[in-house]
Amino acid sequence: MSADHVHPVNFDPTDPGHDHHADHHHHGAIRIGIGGPVGSGKTALTAALCRALGDSVNLAVVTNDIYTTEDADFLRKTGVLDVERIEAVQTGACPHTAIRDDITANLDAVERLEHRFPGLELVLIESGGDNLTAVFSRGLVERQIFVVDVAGGDKVPRKGGPGVTTADLLVINKTDLAPMVGADLGVMTADAHRMRGDLPVISQSLVETPDAPAVAEWVRAQIRALTTAG
Amino acid sequence: MDLAALMLADSRFPGGGHVHSGGLEEAVARKLVTDLPSLQCFLVGRLRTAGLLNAVFAAAATRGRFAELDVELDVRTPSPAQRAASRMQGRGIARAARKAWPSDRLSDLLKATPEPHHPIIVGALVGDPRAAAQVVAYHAVTGPATGAIRLLGLDPFGVNAIIANLQVDMETVAAQAEQHANTAPADLPAPSAPGLDLLAEAHDRHHREEVRLFVS
Repeated sequence: MSADHVHPVNFDPTDPGHDHHADHHHHGAIRIGIGGPVGSGKTALTAALCRALGDSVNLAVVTNDIYTTEDADFLRKTGVLDVERIEAVQTGACPHTAIRDDITANLDAVERLEHRFPGLELVLIESGGDNLTAVFSRGLVERQIFVVDVAGGDKVPRKGGPGVTTADLLVINKTDLAPMVGADLGVMTADAHRMRGDLPVISQSLVETPDAPAVAEWVRAQIRALTTAG
Repeated sequence: MDLAALMLADSRFPGGGHVHSGGLEEAVARKLVTDLPSLQCFLVGRLRTAGLLNAVFAAAATRGRFAELDVELDVRTPSPAQRAASRMQGRGIARAARKAWPSDRLSDLLKATPEPHHPIIVGALVGDPRAAAQVVAYHAVTGPATGAIRLLGLDPFGVNAIIANLQVDMETVAAQAEQHANTAPADLPAPSAPGLDLLAEAHDRHHREEVRLFVS
C-alpha cells in the first residue's frame, strides 16, 4: 500500500486524534466496564476494586456472567460488597449482545441500583467473559477496562481486536505466573503498547498486590475527570 | 408496513427482547422441546394463544385508551412472571422509542403507564392495527425461536423455515386482532395457554434455585 493512500475515514484506533468517546457524562453513577476473556481475572479485579474503593466511593456492581449467581456469590463470599449492591443480568445466552448491541438489560440493572442507592457514584459492569472482539457500548459505560492474563498466552496482545486496541485501560493480569507458563512479559507489554498507541497498560498480580492499587488509582482518576467534565 | 413496524420487528432493535425466550428455556429444560418438530409445535401453540392475546391488544392500542388497556391486559395475564416480562420488554422499547420516535402520543402512553405492556407500546408506536398485530405476532414466535437456536444449537435454516411456514397462522392472528381494533377494552377476548403460564412461573422459580439464562 502506498504511503499516500488515505481512507476518507480513519479507522486506526491508536491514532491520537481518534474520538474514543465523547465526555458527556449523564446524571447518575459513573459506569466502568470490565471485559476480557473467561478466566482472565475480571471478577478478582472487580473484588479488588471494591476493597480498594468501597470505603471512599459509593459503588455497586453489575455482573453478566453466564452462570449469573457465580460472580455475585464470589463477591459476597469475599465480603467486599453487600448483596444488595450486586445485580446479576440474564443475558439470554448472549453476553456480548447484552453489553454492546442491546444494552437494555444492563441499563435496567444500573437503574435499579441507582434507585436503591441514591447518590451512587460508581457502577462496575463486569462482562460475561469475552473473546477479543468484544467491547462495551459507549451507551452503557463511560470507560472500559479490558483484562487479559499471562497464562492465556503472551500472543494475546499482538492479536489485537477492539478489546485490546480500544479499551481505555488494558490490564495484563497474573504476572506472577509468567515464569511458570513460559510467557514473556516483556513481549506482552511491548506488543500491548504497540497495538494501543498512547492508551495505558497496567501489568499486575493480585497475589502480590491484592488491592490492585494501580488500577484503583486509574479508576479514581477517571471519576475525577468525568465528575469535572459533567 | 411502515419503517417503525419493520424496526420493531427486527431482532436487532435494541429494546431488550433478546433476553426473553417466552417460556422456551423452561420447555427445553423439561425436554418438552428438543428438536425442530417439537419447536414448531411450541411456536404454533404460543402464536395462537399468547400471540393472539398480544396481537389483539396491540391492534386495540392503536386507538389509544392506554390506561384501560393496561388494566385489561393485566387481568388477562394470570402469571406474575409473564406480566413482569411483558412490562420489562415494554419499558425497554420505551427507552429506545423516547430517542427514536418522540411524540405526544408516546408521552401520553408513558404518563398513563410508565412501564407499558409490550403489545400496548407497539400499538402506540405503529399506529396501524394490522401492522401492530403482525409485529407482536411475529415477536411471539421469533423470541422462542432464537432461544431454541441458542440453547439447543438447532440448525438456523431449519428454524428460519419454521417461521416462514407460520405465515398463514400469523396472518390469521393479525386479521382476527385487527377486527378488535375498535372493541371496548373490557370486551376484548382473552385467549390463554395455562401451559405457558405454568412454564413462566416455573422458570421464575428455577432461576432463584439454580440458573436460567433468559429472563423469561
